[in-house]
Amino acid sequence: MTDPHTLSHLDLETPEKPFLDANELVINMGPQHPATHGVLRVILRLDGEKVLGLECVIGYLHRGVEKIGEHRTYTMFNPYVDRMDYVAAVSNGLGYCETVEKLLNVEAPPRAQYVRVILTELNRIASHQLWLGTHALDIGAITPLFYTFRDREEILKIYEKYCGARLTTHAFRIGGLQYETYAGFEKDVKNFLDFFRPKIDEYEELLTTNRIWLERTKNVGKISGEDCIALGVTGPVLRASGVKWDLRKAQPYANYKNFDFDIPTGQNGDTYDRYLVRMVEMRQSVRIIEQAVSALPEGPIIAKVPKVMKPAVGEVYHSIEAPKGELGYFIVSDGSTQPYRVRVRPPSFVNLQALDLMCRGQLVADVIAVIGTLDIVLGEVDR
Amino acid sequence: MIAKFKGTYGSGMEPLTYAGQNYMVVDRSLIPEILQVLRNEEQFDYCVDITAVHYPKREKQFDVVWVLYSFARNQRIRVTTQILDGESLPSSVPIWPTANWLEREVYDMFGIKFDGHPDLKRILLPDGWKGHPLRKDYDILQQDNEWVQINLGIESGQ
Repeated sequence: MTDPHTLSHLDLETPEKPFLDANELVINMGPQHPATHGVLRVILRLDGEKVLGLECVIGYLHRGVEKIGEHRTYTMFNPYVDRMDYVAAVSNGLGYCETVEKLLNVEAPPRAQYVRVILTELNRIASHQLWLGTHALDIGAITPLFYTFRDREEILKIYEKYCGARLTTHAFRIGGLQYETYAGFEKDVKNFLDFFRPKIDEYEELLTTNRIWLERTKNVGKISGEDCIALGVTGPVLRASGVKWDLRKAQPYANYKNFDFDIPTGQNGDTYDRYLVRMVEMRQSVRIIEQAVSALPEGPIIAKVPKVMKPAVGEVYHSIEAPKGELGYFIVSDGSTQPYRVRVRPPSFVNLQALDLMCRGQLVADVIAVIGTLDIVLGEVDR
Repeated sequence: MIAKFKGTYGSGMEPLTYAGQNYMVVDRSLIPEILQVLRNEEQFDYCVDITAVHYPKREKQFDVVWVLYSFARNQRIRVTTQILDGESLPSSVPIWPTANWLEREVYDMFGIKFDGHPDLKRILLPDGWKGHPLRKDYDILQQDNEWVQINLGIESGQ
């Protein structure tokens, strides 16, 4: 019988050398650790303070989302996807709704598409704000956390006025939207954009040329574009390594092809470049929202979808550019009201695999910086 | 590309399209070769996802699915194969390193083994867990009670 207080069932390798001959040391970080952004356990193999390699132990937040999907109808499963990447719930919902729409062969009406883009891009900003605040906090800068959370509140207020929820919003429905926008929605969004534009400069003023920030992020956690592709890493991490690839441009979904925006890239693939890429992404999101809100068409908000959804037998893979990378859904329909299989391809799960490569040769303190810069959400890693 | 494949592999592969998405159903025996060719000759350099679907009523119980993407072509393709319960597949970690965790998850959830995988063990569930939850014969309320009682010190996790 295993003693519950030892970790023997987790198969930790003990170094064969005596403990004090500290040439190589195996130490444990987490699962309860403030800098792991959730419950992530990292087993570090160290030489002094240099990281030789590491292994991630995940699954602490596993709730069996894919299994639940097989036991709920298409409509009932919709709110569950919000609980994966809970800081970007709107993006999760968009991916899921669009995949089911593909199965049903319906398309959301233009007004719904525009509102979806507005809310999703607001969510990208909110997600990047939360990333920036916590990432900077991990590295030792406290102020950005207060700034970003103060400004993120404005986005959450818009969500609250729109659908009543702030975090797990369940904003979209299969086929479009459930709610028409409230009176003053456009004004609120425009006000937010005017309010937020100078705030990005404010964040940058705190960090971009800050000497401590530069020391802690430049040349830390480098990864090349080829390694990113080999490891399936997507999102800002891939772009910061010089690969100009964004699903919004490469395989446009929703109505992103109607909007004018740039894809920022970095050259060095280090933590600093990833920071810069995300800062530019926030500015680009502002650009997209601006275009969407000023061209918001009138019309119906939901397509004709049956009350009881029974998609024809078939399987579909569809993915979107979530704030953290490629978020894909693979849904198999057997013609009944419940999906036969729902597979979620979470960006955080795949990106986290690169942690080992990115941390090799770095210091222990840099591991914290790299976990932050990967922008993982454990709710999505473990599902 | 599809026509070329059809010419080379004949009845071993069947190209299909659903909802505008291309995929091919490939014989188990052709899998190592086709994945290698897709990666090296057809530039599908990004393995997006590997997953499986369980059909308990079929003789070949499992569908294993590779979702691939090519940056050069800006194209996506899915490769599907059917295998028996207990049959293993060659690991694609040498082709795409990202397959490491993805194959571990398929093993964890379905019990499908990948030959030549560097470290094939459970990833989301604890190592000592019994059963593979995404199989259709694993009930949604089922769990490894023994593991829960020993390791968590509670009667049941429900």
